[in-house]
Amino acid sequence: MNVLKITLIIFLLLPFSFIKADEQDKQNKITKNLRCLICQGQSVYDSDSEFANSLKTLVDKKLEEGLSEDQIYEYFKDKYGEWILYDPKLNKNTYILWLLPLFIFLIGGAIIAKSLIIKK
Amino acid sequence: MKKKLLSFFMVLVFGVIFIIFYKGLEDSNIYTPNINIKNEIPVFKSRDFYSGISLNSSDIFEFDKTYLLNIWSSWCVPCRQEHPLLVDLKEEGKINIIGMNYKDNRKNAENFLQDLGNPYKEVFIDLDGTIAIEWGAYGVPESFLIHNNKIIKKYIGPLNQQLIYEMKLLVK
Repeated sequence: MNVLKITLIIFLLLPFSFIKADEQDKQNKITKNLRCLICQGQSVYDSDSEFANSLKTLVDKKLEEGLSEDQIYEYFKDKYGEWILYDPKLNKNTYILWLLPLFIFLIGGAIIAKSLIIKK
Repeated sequence: MKKKLLSFFMVLVFGVIFIIFYKGLEDSNIYTPNINIKNEIPVFKSRDFYSGISLNSSDIFEFDKTYLLNIWSSWCVPCRQEHPLLVDLKEEGKINIIGMNYKDNRKNAENFLQDLGNPYKEVFIDLDGTIAIEWGAYGVPESFLIHNNKIIKKYIGPLNQQLIYEMKLLVK
């Protein structure tokens, strides 16, 4: 009888722990993409400062409220600006960052193609 | 001729890249947030420091008044430095000072206010630090000048005589 009870309890608890683990994964993913406010250059996930811990708690709360990942990023962007995200979007401040590698790649490609054509 | 043109072009491209990166070196790599923001104050729920009664943000901030929200904690050393300035500011009576007690031990916070004086019209607690994040705070101490439920200016770090003087000019 006892064995039956224990297996029943385990079966009842199992799905919940899966949900919790899933949420933890999501929290980790989000906090890895948020910049720590005090220790600039470190992510919130890596930091153990007071503010980083508060941020982790808040991410948890927002996930519990049912906000999606993008909504949470949007929320923090609203509070702290684009700077808090590690994955900057293309805008007038970041276009060099995004376009320069592409530009260099094209020039390099052109030079290689040209030298190949000349060799032929 | 073609080779000359190509090498000239290469030098030009690398020259441009060099200038961009060289300019980049002059920029400070420490991010300084925008302090002249005109955001509405956030809506939040908290508890009163003394009575423990739950509070809404609308209970604390009235529309046509000027407030200074000060985030403080008894464990924060710079808070101790700026505290006498807040006490002086309170005595002038033009600005209502509201305290947000950040991640603190109640007993220590009470001792802090007893020793250094209580400049706050109201104090509410932020036990897990999430209300400070709602406000977009960067650390303790931090202060927000508020008028008509809008944040006029943000003061990151401890206040000093100069900042208090500027604040008074703004309030006028």
